[in-house]
Amino acid sequence: MITHAKEAEKFNKDEARVDWHDDTLWFVRQKRDRMAHNIPEWEQLREKASQIKNHTLSNLDQYLIQFEKHALANGVHVHWAANAVEHNQIVFQIIQKHGFQKIVKSKSMLTEECHLNEFLISQGIEVIDTDLGERIVQLRHEPPSHIVLPAIHLKKEDVGETFHQHLGTEKGAKDPQYLTEAARQHLREKFIAADLALTGVNFAVAETGGIVVCTNEGNADMGAHLANVHIACMGIEKIIPRQADLSVFLRLLARSATGQPITTYSSHFLRPAPGKEMHIVLVDNGRTEQLARADFRNSLKCIRCAACFNTCPVYRRSGGHSYHTAVAGPIGSILAPNIDMRKYADLPFASTLCGSCSNVCPVKIDIHDQLWKWRQILAQEGHTGTAKATGMKLMSAVLSNPDIYRFAGSTGRWFLRHVPSLASNSLNPWFKQREMPEPPKESFRDWYMKNRKKPKGE
Amino acid sequence: MKVGLFIPCYIDQFYPNVGIATLELLEKLGCNVAFPLNQTCCGQPMANSGYSNLTKGCDANFVSNFSEFDYIVAPSGSCVLHIKEHLKDADHPEKAIQIRKRIFELCEFLTDVLKIDNLPASFPHRVGLHASCHGQRGLHLSSMSERNEPSFSKPGHLLSMVKGLDLVQAERPDECCGFGGTFCVFEEAVSVKMGKDRIGEHVQNQVEYITGGDTSCLMHLEGILKRQQSPIRIIHIAEILNSSISN
Repeated sequence: MITHAKEAEKFNKDEARVDWHDDTLWFVRQKRDRMAHNIPEWEQLREKASQIKNHTLSNLDQYLIQFEKHALANGVHVHWAANAVEHNQIVFQIIQKHGFQKIVKSKSMLTEECHLNEFLISQGIEVIDTDLGERIVQLRHEPPSHIVLPAIHLKKEDVGETFHQHLGTEKGAKDPQYLTEAARQHLREKFIAADLALTGVNFAVAETGGIVVCTNEGNADMGAHLANVHIACMGIEKIIPRQADLSVFLRLLARSATGQPITTYSSHFLRPAPGKEMHIVLVDNGRTEQLARADFRNSLKCIRCAACFNTCPVYRRSGGHSYHTAVAGPIGSILAPNIDMRKYADLPFASTLCGSCSNVCPVKIDIHDQLWKWRQILAQEGHTGTAKATGMKLMSAVLSNPDIYRFAGSTGRWFLRHVPSLASNSLNPWFKQREMPEPPKESFRDWYMKNRKKPKGE
Repeated sequence: MKVGLFIPCYIDQFYPNVGIATLELLEKLGCNVAFPLNQTCCGQPMANSGYSNLTKGCDANFVSNFSEFDYIVAPSGSCVLHIKEHLKDADHPEKAIQIRKRIFELCEFLTDVLKIDNLPASFPHRVGLHASCHGQRGLHLSSMSERNEPSFSKPGHLLSMVKGLDLVQAERPDECCGFGGTFCVFEEAVSVKMGKDRIGEHVQNQVEYITGGDTSCLMHLEGILKRQQSPIRIIHIAEILNSSISN
C-alpha cells in the first residue's frame, strides 16, 4: 500500500533535490508574506472571506438553485453530477453528441479528482492539458504535484529532457525562454485544432449565473474562445452569492497562491457567444457528505490557492506525489479521507500539527484542527493498524497509573543506561539518524523527593 | 499564590535538570510551588495519534493532582496546549474547566502573570531560539510570520533580560523542527530532514546553544546534533533564565 511516509522517504533519498524543492516553495511563501503584509486589512479580509463562505455553505442549496436559474436564462446548459463517474459521463456525452475527437483543457483540479483524462483517452479522445505545468506533467504521464504549480517538483533540466523527447527540442536545452517558446508553438497547434474546450471554475456567482476562471497564461480564454463548445466543470462549493463578493476573493486568491496582486487573467464567462455552446457541470462527489460532517464542513471553504502547501514544512520536504491524491498538502489531507477513509488514512498523520496552514489560509479553514479530528475518527474506525492501537493501549495503561509509570520509567532508564543497544539499533526509527537522549540516573521526581519533600507533619 | 508544578513525563524521565531549573526559578521569583507527586503525563501522545479515547486515565489523574492550585505551570508549551484544549473529566467537569483556564506555559506565566521585567540571570553565550509551534501558534507566545500582527516574543523578551546573552535570530524564525510527537517516528525521514534544516540555520549563525520552551523539540534537535557530532548544545529556556540567579 502506498503511504505518505514511504513515498516521502523515497523523495528524501536525494537531499539536494529536497533542499531545492523546499527553497523554491519557501520563496513563494515569502512572496505571499510580503504581499499579504502590504495590505493592512489583510486579517479582516480573511475574516470577511471566511464569513461569506460560511454563509454560502449554510445556504448552499438555495444559491445553487439560484445559480442554475440564472445560468439557464443566460443560455448555458447546466448539468448535475452526483459523483466522478457521472461527471465523466456527462462530459463524454457532450463530446460524443458532436462527434468531437480533440479537446483542450485548462485549470481543473476537479477533473484530476474525477480522473477524466484517463477516461476520455480510453474512449479514444485526444485530451490536451494547456496550462504549461499541467502539459509538462501530462507528457511525463505523471499527476500534478501541486494544485497551482503542477510541475514544481521538476527542474528546468527535467523539462528540457521531457520536451526533447516529446516536442523535439534540442537535447540538453534548459533555457526557460526556449522551452516555453517550444511549448507555446506546440500548444497553439492544439488550440487551433481543438473541437471543444474544458475549463475549471474558480468562482461561480449565484446572482448572475456567471463563472470566473483565473489564469496566468490566458489559456482558458484561448481554448474557450477558439472552440465551438465550452464545458466548465465545478465542484458545488465554488459558489459565491454576489458579483460584489468577487472583490474579496480575487484580492486574496493570487496573493495567497503566488504572491501576485491578482492573476494575469480573471476571465468572466456569462453566456455562450452567438452560434456557440456553453455547458456547466456541477459536481458533488462527496461534497454534500462533507457538508454534513460538522467538524469538516469548513474544508469546503477552500478556494484552492495552495498557500497551505507552500507554507507546510512537511509538504516542502516530501513532495506532492507522496500524498497520492489529486489535491495534496494539508488541505488535501483533510479532503481525501472524506472520499475514502481507508485509502487516505495516512494523510492526516502526515503533519506535525504546527498550525502554519491554518494561519495562511485566506478563508480561515481550521486545517490543523481538522487533521487532529480526522486522526480521532481514523483510529476509532480501525484505520490506523493494530500495532499502533496496541502500542497506544499499552502507553495509556502505563501513563494512567502513577505507580506503573514510575516503575516503567526507572526500569526503562536503567535498561537504556546499561543495555543501550535495546534502543540504539536499526529497528528504532528514532535512532536511524538521531542519537537517543541520555537517560539520567534519577527522575525529576526522585530529585524532588530527596531535595524538596518535607517529611510528613512539617 | 499557590503554583502547581507540572513536569511532563519525558522531562521527568530524561531531562530532570529542566524540572529543577523551572522549580528553582519559580521559587526564586517568590512563588509558593508544589510538585504533586502522582502526576504522569498530559495524554497528548495518545490524543495526537488519534486515541483521545484512551486519555481518560491521564485526564482523571491530572485533575486529581492539579485541581487545588491557583496556577499550574509547566516548562512545555505543547503539553500545556494539550491540557488547555482537551482536558476532560466526566466525573469532575468543573475542575477540568478550571485547570484549563489556570494552566500556563513557563514563559507566558513569567511575562503575563508574574509580569517579570528584570531577571538577575547571566548567560554569556551566543544563543539561537527555536520557537516551538504549539507554544508559538497554539498559545501565541510570539507573533507568527504568516499573520499580519505586531511583532512580539515572550521568550525573546525574557531572554533579553539575561546578562551577556547574545540572541541570534534564525532566518526562518518560526518553522517547525519536525518533532511532532509520534510524527518523529512514523515519518522519520521528513522529521529528520526538518530538524537538520532548522539546525543548519543555527550552525550558520554560529550559535553555541539552541534554546526553546519545549524540551521535546530540543530533544529531537539534540539527537541530530549529537549524531552530527556538532559542538552546539541544547538548553531549555528555564535553565538559561535560572542561571546565576542569586537570592
